[in-house]
Amino acid sequence: MSNTGNGQFLHETPMLDQLESGPWPSFISGFKELAERTQKPMLRGVMDQLEYSYKTRLGYWKGGVVGVNGYGAGIISRYSMISDKYPEATEFHTMRIQPAPGFHYSAASLRKVCDIWEKYGSGIISMHGQTGNLQLQGIEEKHVQACFDDLNQEGWDLGGAGATVRTGMACVGPARCEQSCYDTLETHQRVLKHFTDFVHRPELPYKMKFKFSGCPNDCMNSIQRSDISVIGIWKDDIQIDQAEYKKWVNQWGKDRLINEVITLCPTKAISTKGDELLIENKDCVRCMHCLNVMPEVLSPGKERGVAILIGGKGHLKVGNMLGSMMIPFTKMETDEDIDKFTDLSSRIIEWWCDNGLDHERVGETIERVGIYQFLEDIGLEPNIDMISHPRDNPFFKAAY
Amino acid sequence: MSNTRTWETKESGPHTYKDMLHPLMLKNYGKWKYHDRPRPGVLRHVAQSGEELYTVRCGSHRQVTVDIVRRLCDLADKYAEGFLRFTIRNNIEFMLAKKENVDTLIKELEALGHPVGGTGNSISSVAHTQGWLHCDIPATDASGVVKSMMDNLFDDYTKEEMPNRVRLSTSCCEINCGGQADLAVVVQHTRPPRINHDILAGICEMPKAVARCPVAAIRPTAVNGKPSLMVVEDKCICCGACFGACPAMEINHPDYSQLAIWVGGKNSNTRSKPTNMKLVMHGLPNNPPRWPEVNSAVKKILMAYKKGGKPWERMSEWIDRIGWKRFFEETEIPFDKYLIDSYRHARTSLNQSAHVRF
Repeated sequence: MSNTGNGQFLHETPMLDQLESGPWPSFISGFKELAERTQKPMLRGVMDQLEYSYKTRLGYWKGGVVGVNGYGAGIISRYSMISDKYPEATEFHTMRIQPAPGFHYSAASLRKVCDIWEKYGSGIISMHGQTGNLQLQGIEEKHVQACFDDLNQEGWDLGGAGATVRTGMACVGPARCEQSCYDTLETHQRVLKHFTDFVHRPELPYKMKFKFSGCPNDCMNSIQRSDISVIGIWKDDIQIDQAEYKKWVNQWGKDRLINEVITLCPTKAISTKGDELLIENKDCVRCMHCLNVMPEVLSPGKERGVAILIGGKGHLKVGNMLGSMMIPFTKMETDEDIDKFTDLSSRIIEWWCDNGLDHERVGETIERVGIYQFLEDIGLEPNIDMISHPRDNPFFKAAY
Repeated sequence: MSNTRTWETKESGPHTYKDMLHPLMLKNYGKWKYHDRPRPGVLRHVAQSGEELYTVRCGSHRQVTVDIVRRLCDLADKYAEGFLRFTIRNNIEFMLAKKENVDTLIKELEALGHPVGGTGNSISSVAHTQGWLHCDIPATDASGVVKSMMDNLFDDYTKEEMPNRVRLSTSCCEINCGGQADLAVVVQHTRPPRINHDILAGICEMPKAVARCPVAAIRPTAVNGKPSLMVVEDKCICCGACFGACPAMEINHPDYSQLAIWVGGKNSNTRSKPTNMKLVMHGLPNNPPRWPEVNSAVKKILMAYKKGGKPWERMSEWIDRIGWKRFFEETEIPFDKYLIDSYRHARTSLNQSAHVRF
């Protein structure tokens, strides 16, 4: 499929063409196929500009304001800074769409998205953006509203952008994972729906991200990447199927048991007695390692819920921050449980709106204003799971 | 296109999910017992009922098109009861009720150019950003970097021969939208922004740009009688935060915006706690279309980890065991003073002990 650009619809793009060779799927070949079939001038212009970026090693998009009726966020507007050179690339806006939790799709629904997108936009899609959006890339402002209306009729809504609650992310969850300790998909759905006003209208100090992982494997990277991280966890004992354990040892051998399960337990909680596997659950930190190695044998306990960590964020400005434990265990099963969680989240968001500086994530605000103030204002009781160790300096003033 | 709207917006939030689930997922929702991996790229989930669901995972361009997606939908209809899903690292998963369809689907995917793999202890695809294709502040591309990286690491995507899973990311500015990863390639600016005084007053909210600076290096000034901003270059840490607030603070440069490599970010809680990644290389040239200097360094680090890591050790855990000194020896990366932290909380990264390896 290489060099389809020469002498046909597309202009020559010698640098981009070099990304067509090699075994990994080539997005350039994909773009060319689409452009040659649909003959959309925007695609030709965008490829010309991208080629120019590759040559000059600079980007040429600038932002602006494009939106749909009633919303203040969800469309990422892009205007070419060099539209005199590449007029076909003048406008290349993106629509951020909230997918179903867990990135699950039916082929039928996805086809409809494709048809609507081909009708109004470029046909380029990013699956998915780092926040978790289905990103429809490349539309002119005049088509945005009609495109959104068609998508909205099929049950799709715009995601967040800028100073909003952002599109959430949930792992595959109970739909296909034995480790999922709560319903990540339902929780994601309900929580994001609850905050939909904050998703569509930027009125926060900066972005606010929710991520939902079913267990401490944290496949959604929620501790690293979300302001409010909801991680499935259990309170009681790990369930052991001793019959499966015997089968496992027969299949994989004692060496693997010792080297890959027992010695890798971070708190030395695992031992054997005769033909049985023992776990000292008081020592277990719910790290998931042994459950990952022998899922046939071990399952999370029966008393399941979630842990909530607050304050994860990326590099800017104070350096990367990991979320820290606030609530080590709470149930997430009933309507009341979810209401309790959205209440807590609302209190956090309000507190952050009152105290946060422009462009400050909630973790940074907590660090600057102080954890005592945060806990008191939110109404959270300090607990020992919040810390790695007690303070190692004497500088505080206890209440008197 | 008519200007009169007939549709009233429904603020519906995330799309509903129950209509997006494979029938066996719906049937066994919350009732899965365990899973294993019959081969790289294939998962077999077994429900408490004994029912089995096969998943075939393949790599994607992430930057896809309606043509590519429609072909994937055709395969979902043909083999996967009309459903598919995506992973956080842009992989596509087809869930199959019938085991006998697994090999046929793999053949069809490979014929379409989608490598099957990315499961278990493989190098999964790259979490990446937008780059020159679409972002308004990128110093490099994203999709092109990913394409060249994954071409170079292809075999370890389709096999499961690494010590543990490897998560990669790339980011086109220091905001690091690609996120923390076992190994990340992130733009590193090396010069303070050049200030475009001609346009600054017209396009920037100056107090916002001043406030955006983490080290208070930006100050109001007047240039040719017009209000503008200046940067105290000694204080500037070249983070590029001001550029996001004010496009006249031109931080991007074809030569001075370079690339850095970070290692040891770990998202999961398995064994050790999650960790932030650490800077190990900087000053690599931003060299499209295939970034050979970056790719050769990435490969060298990953192959050293592949050789030295014990089963289940993530990159960070391998380095914890062998120590940073040996990491730099085994990867043949020169250590320099800029790898010593000098920012906030820097002291916690100093060696406050007599532990030294010789």
